Amino acid sequence: MPEYAIQTAALRREFGRNVAVAGLSLAVPRGEVFGFLGPNGAGKTTSLKLLLGLVPPTSGSGTVLGAPLGNTRVRARIGFLPEHFRFHDCLNARELLYFHGRLLGLPARGLDTRIEDLLLRVGLEDAAQRPLRTYSKGMTQRAGLAATLLGTPELVFLDEPTSGLDPLGRLLVRDVINELRDNGATVFLNSHLLGEVEATCDRVAFVKNGRVVHELDLKDAQGTLDVELRVGAVDDALLEGLAAFGTGVTREDGLVRMHASSEAMLPDLARWLVARGAALYELRCRRKTLEEWFVEVMGEDQRPG
Amino acid sequence: MQGTLLIARLTWLETRRRKIALAALVCGLLFLVVFGSAIYFGFQRAAAAEGVSNPVEMRIAATVLTVAGLYVVNFLVTAVAILLPIDSLSGEISSGVIQTLASKPVDRAAIVVGKWLAYLGMTAAYLVLLGGGVVLSMRWFADYVAPSVLVPMGLMLLGAAAMLSITIAGGVRLSTITNGIVAFGFYGVAFIAGWMEQILSMFGNSAARHVGTLVSLLSPADSMWRRAAYEMQPLATVVLQNGPFGVVSVPSATMIGWTVLFTLAVLAFAAWQFRRRPL
Repeated sequence: MPEYAIQTAALRREFGRNVAVAGLSLAVPRGEVFGFLGPNGAGKTTSLKLLLGLVPPTSGSGTVLGAPLGNTRVRARIGFLPEHFRFHDCLNARELLYFHGRLLGLPARGLDTRIEDLLLRVGLEDAAQRPLRTYSKGMTQRAGLAATLLGTPELVFLDEPTSGLDPLGRLLVRDVINELRDNGATVFLNSHLLGEVEATCDRVAFVKNGRVVHELDLKDAQGTLDVELRVGAVDDALLEGLAAFGTGVTREDGLVRMHASSEAMLPDLARWLVARGAALYELRCRRKTLEEWFVEVMGEDQRPG
Repeated sequence: MQGTLLIARLTWLETRRRKIALAALVCGLLFLVVFGSAIYFGFQRAAAAEGVSNPVEMRIAATVLTVAGLYVVNFLVTAVAILLPIDSLSGEISSGVIQTLASKPVDRAAIVVGKWLAYLGMTAAYLVLLGGGVVLSMRWFADYVAPSVLVPMGLMLLGAAAMLSITIAGGVRLSTITNGIVAFGFYGVAFIAGWMEQILSMFGNSAARHVGTLVSLLSPADSMWRRAAYEMQPLATVVLQNGPFGVVSVPSATMIGWTVLFTLAVLAFAAWQFRRRPL
């Protein structure tokens, strides 16, 4: 069994002169909830389509669940919730799930039970006989989630699964992602709703102009802790000593700022300062939000206005 | 194979749900009612009014009316073969619905062939309904039994299948409206080339015949109708009339074989294109 659910090397896709994906190199371990972040037009959806085999790459290569990109059979183990939840809207939810299940290769026997379970899970059991075109956006999303989970996928692609949805719809997505994680599935989440990503993802990649410009581990969030110290009589020896606890140590008036790798070092830092006889007036730490990361990584120039 | 059949079933369900099948059925029945009553009043009344009916004239009239009826049926069936699939691929591609199918463990060729099979089945059913209605109206009301029914209907279906393949192939890359214009354009060109071939060959103009044959090779639907019309009319009638349904230049058996090949080749081209297309 391959260690990675997704692995790509310099994937590139051009549409005429327009380069949608410039060189995507990714490695997503199995069981990880991976967030794919970027502004509109950064190439997120095209990247996802490359991974799903919906769009062939202009150059580069990759594997998904161990199979080369574009492999048909591996799709039986993949779930996909498309952007805007576009489905055959003349079908009702039960029929939609039936066709999706059969196309996934699920045997007809036992499929009905699975469908009823999923309809119950997403709360559509009462509306299951109505055509999808009569559904609200939230209901269509729930039908789509049920279709995504139908084949008990090992890898799930969610393309903007919560955009335009109310808090309940977003909560359902969060629950589903957590369930998938508990079952050992890998989740590839395409989103620009940073709050959602922060709440669910283990790791994120920032995409800009079709390229991954930064990756961030949200589980232990290394280097994301900003520490601020107010200490009496700061001298160079103190600053040198502080460098052992973190990076980017700077002094500004009576304030010392630095980045720390984890919260675990804070008590040690305080003890060291006190043992050294320094007068410690204040020690504050703050985790950088994903939004701040986003703005920093994308650059202020990306901000409109 | 299972994927192909599932797509065919899904296509049929969609056509039914979107009330396309119902609309076609209602219009088809309307046509049959009009045609049937015309034949009923024409022939039954003529037979009732003693002395008017000359058996030979009646028979010629019946033949011409059968061919005329089936001519309209052929047009309607061809239109259905173009209109049913017109939005199928292009619409699903532009709405993004196709992604839910193409991300399944099913070869994209199965999606194309599944849709084609479903539409071919519906077109055939429509042809049987309308063509059968015309033939039975003639039998019941005019006491006329067409010398050949199955072969002409098969040829008409083959012509419609060629248009179906063209429309499906167009839908892979073209937008719905563009595809419609191209498909009807294809049919129109073949249609006029067929007439050119017919009329000018009566005057012994071989250049026009060649142009007609060449166009028929590129768009063989109309030539299948001409062959069907020839099969339906006993030789005597063919010789007797030079009307719009007469067949002066009869498409050969090779042309039938070519049409089968053309239909399958265009379908294969559609599948090949669809497999390469970014969705």
